Amino acid sequence: MQVLSDNNWILTVGTFLPLVGVLLMLFVPKAEEATSKAIGIATAAATLVVGVLTLVLFDYGKAGEMQFVANVEWIPVIKSTYYVGLDGISLPLYLLSMAITLLVMIYSWDHVPSPGNPKAFFILMLVLQTGMAGSFVARDLVLFFVFFELVLLPMYFMIGVWGGEQRQYASLKFFLYTMFGSALMLVSFLALFFKTGAESFAIPYLVENGGAIAKNTQIWIFAGMFIGFAVKVPMFPFHTWLPDAHTQAPTQGSVILAAILLKLGTYGFVRIAIPVLPDAAREWAPWIGLLAVIGIIYGAFGCLAQTDMKRLIAFSSVAHMGFVMLGISTLTEFGVNAAIFGMVAHGLITGMLFFVAGSVKERYHTLEIKRLSGMLTQMPRLGWILGFCAMASLGLPGLAGFWGEFPAILSAYQPAEGLPAETFRTYMVVAAIGTVFAAAYLLWLYQRTAFGEPTAEFSGHGDGTPDDHHDLHDVGVYEWIAWTPLLVSILVFGVYPQLMFKVLDPAVGVTMRVFNGG
Amino acid sequence: MSFLTAVTEWAAPTIDYHALAPEIVLAAGIVVVLLADLFLREDRKSLISPLASTSLLAAFIPVLTLALSDGPRVMFDGRYVIDDFSLVIKGLFLLAGYVVVLLSADYLRDGDYHFGEFWFLMLSSLLGMVMMASSRDLVSVFVALEFLSIPAYMMAAWRKRDPLSNEAGIKYYLLGVFASAVLLYGMSLLYGITGSTLLVDIGDALVGEVTAIRSLAVLFVIVGFAFKVSAVPFHTWAPDTYQGAPTPVTAFLSVASKAAGFVAIVTVVFTAVPGLKDVWQPVFWVLAALTMTVGNVVALRQTNIVRMLAYSSVAQGGFILMPLAVAGESAASGQALRAIVTYLLLYAATNLGTFAIVIAVARKTRSGEISSYGGLFGYAPGLATLMTIFLASLAGIPPVGGWFGKFAAFQALISAGTGWGYALAVIGGINSAVAFGYYGKVMREMWMKPAPDGDTTPIEVRPAIAVALAITAGLTLVLGALPGLVVRFGDLAGLAGVVGG
Repeated sequence: MQVLSDNNWILTVGTFLPLVGVLLMLFVPKAEEATSKAIGIATAAATLVVGVLTLVLFDYGKAGEMQFVANVEWIPVIKSTYYVGLDGISLPLYLLSMAITLLVMIYSWDHVPSPGNPKAFFILMLVLQTGMAGSFVARDLVLFFVFFELVLLPMYFMIGVWGGEQRQYASLKFFLYTMFGSALMLVSFLALFFKTGAESFAIPYLVENGGAIAKNTQIWIFAGMFIGFAVKVPMFPFHTWLPDAHTQAPTQGSVILAAILLKLGTYGFVRIAIPVLPDAAREWAPWIGLLAVIGIIYGAFGCLAQTDMKRLIAFSSVAHMGFVMLGISTLTEFGVNAAIFGMVAHGLITGMLFFVAGSVKERYHTLEIKRLSGMLTQMPRLGWILGFCAMASLGLPGLAGFWGEFPAILSAYQPAEGLPAETFRTYMVVAAIGTVFAAAYLLWLYQRTAFGEPTAEFSGHGDGTPDDHHDLHDVGVYEWIAWTPLLVSILVFGVYPQLMFKVLDPAVGVTMRVFNGG
Repeated sequence: MSFLTAVTEWAAPTIDYHALAPEIVLAAGIVVVLLADLFLREDRKSLISPLASTSLLAAFIPVLTLALSDGPRVMFDGRYVIDDFSLVIKGLFLLAGYVVVLLSADYLRDGDYHFGEFWFLMLSSLLGMVMMASSRDLVSVFVALEFLSIPAYMMAAWRKRDPLSNEAGIKYYLLGVFASAVLLYGMSLLYGITGSTLLVDIGDALVGEVTAIRSLAVLFVIVGFAFKVSAVPFHTWAPDTYQGAPTPVTAFLSVASKAAGFVAIVTVVFTAVPGLKDVWQPVFWVLAALTMTVGNVVALRQTNIVRMLAYSSVAQGGFILMPLAVAGESAASGQALRAIVTYLLLYAATNLGTFAIVIAVARKTRSGEISSYGGLFGYAPGLATLMTIFLASLAGIPPVGGWFGKFAAFQALISAGTGWGYALAVIGGINSAVAFGYYGKVMREMWMKPAPDGDTTPIEVRPAIAVALAITAGLTLVLGALPGLVVRFGDLAGLAGVVGG
């Protein structure tokens, strides 16, 4: 593959710039909260500027190839190099991670969750950003592993320190699940390294040589990676950490978790597991598809049973990631395109839903659905935004969610050669039924929270009782700044999905070429 | 031949003074420290700790010059070898010793314990370790082992008015001597079978058939060393000794003394008994699996920080043992040696840092309970962050130090390409996830719990501790991000040519 290494500094700067901000913030006294926040936001903004520059310099005619490639010595003795590059698959996710971090930080300007300490909170978000961006550009498995793990501790502390009532339990559960998965993933990476001749950890090298590994061995290696990535996605039955983590995490943590961290798992499948081990992927695909549709249905039923708004959104993530995994499991270009679009769309929409949930919690001090009612009359703007996101989430055509979900279902009609078409068509039907459930739980949620009259306990607003529900104000200025880009993106990508597909498609074609009869 | 002719015909072996310079400098340091303790007035005794640390740094200089000169240097018919391996290990011992001196000075002064003798004993123990790194003969291995252990027995019992410390010393002593006896029995069998005490000669003789007596010899030697590195089921002394001993001594035991045990294992396994891999590989497999699992599971239940770190150190020992389970396979032996050395270096930096924090925090809280770390992040964010870094490194979470040790160990296991290797790697992977259970417990206290009695006065960090923290944290962070630096030390030409790199 041709290597484009013009401007090869740009990914490194984009990835590590947040750490420079961390270094600066270390010297700011804890008491000067505004300074800390300002440095944090400035760093995230600067990072996004580098990201936008990447977007500008990106050669769209060669979206299928790795660009801005840098490859320098790192740990020579284990033949691992500092190898980064960006193609059409990485680009949207890389940029999404930068944008979400900045928006979350802006939101945090006046929403630092209890117990405060914005300095530490912002530092953790910046470290997270480095880990996320790094994972999307790493082209070396060891490097990928380091970035992949780098996000663990900051998220652990974010949930554990700034989270809800059950935060310690939730954070530990999150950590142990992921750590367990990644330990097995590491063993698989090493096995892959030795089975391909112990030459290199570089992903292109492994893609070239991984196919030659005996099928049985491939299946085992794939199994280790599967656990590592499936925990992260999360796929049924490894999903049980997710509802707890999401429910307990502070709003910012939930948004980052939903928008970016979950994508590390699906990205791992698309980028590493499937192209490197094609034979194993064919064997595993029907089972992945099965777990994906179970996830769709299970997630939907889970949603219908929830009484807590945030927990409901968390379960909807399980269902949505099920669609993404279904698209991937078809091993077709069409399906993977849909999956990656779905990843970005889910990041925007569910991220937005968690923002709204956070603001609802801040105002009502509860997320219990049956206590919420009449949001549209009390806070019409917030109510409309919730409605917009719910529609996007259920896959309404014209909004971004549709283009992740619908093609993914469609792709299951004609899976890649060698996969059992009947099985996948069954999956397709089940997944389609899943969309009906999705509509049901989201509309039901919206109906119960936004329609009707405010419940008695929250209806005292404006009747002269000063300390009664003075929190019930409509969308604030920092919320507008943080949310508008997301809302606009949901609409733009919904109306004109080609914007992203044209970047994705060449890269997906390159990645999946081994399955096109090749 | 009469005794007289034997004496007159005896020619002194040629001694390479440059090669022995680290040992000579250390020995001189020991004498100076001892004399200083005799002649210095009581109020000047605090000058002895700088003397001790200076002699350690002075001994480090010849290690560097030797590393830059051509090696390997072989003395006494191959019984004492200065090669890359031994130099890296010597550097590790001397640096670890330096950090322990930094940790001990204030501790001893605050506790009003005897001064000079402590430094004398510590330097002696370090001299034994430095000798261990070069010993290639059963006798010199054994002498070095005793040389490093006997002072350590006394150091463990240093707080003589504290019954716990006495218990620590006695337990350590009794089990240590018992282990020495077992080891010596194994060594005598090896000598009896092969007729030589030189490790390389033994290695040449012990090829081919695995007989009962050969297996027994190997088994006894391994069990003897297993006590030293506190491998399960020979670990029972470790928690009580670690908890009872003065904390800096615990740091010393859990890092330097343990590393010395591993150095001895590595030397003997790689040079003396490589031909009997069918005997020792399964033994190390079982020891490694048991050690990390039991260490981890018991550590989960601890409420005392030092005791938890004791079990953590046991579990870490299990990870270090892992590569030995495949070290006999030709594809893996070089990787295994490298993994062990790399792991020891990273573990030393991290674990010493952890103990530095424990000492700094205990000065304020006067407690060893994990719950006393509550709210640390609130009133001492720097210490809490450093402790988090050290704990994450022990747990093996990138990008801080320790991950690469685990990575190297897994790599060695998988490079063998055997089912046993894979199985142990999976067990190790599960264990590294379990380990976070207790490392995370301390993090949880520091970050997520309030201070236990509402006491949030800041912690005063003494300059010596601050220097120790700077060294260990610097190493942990830099080596985590750029592991290539540490691997360069682990990437050895082999043990004087025995192991192919």
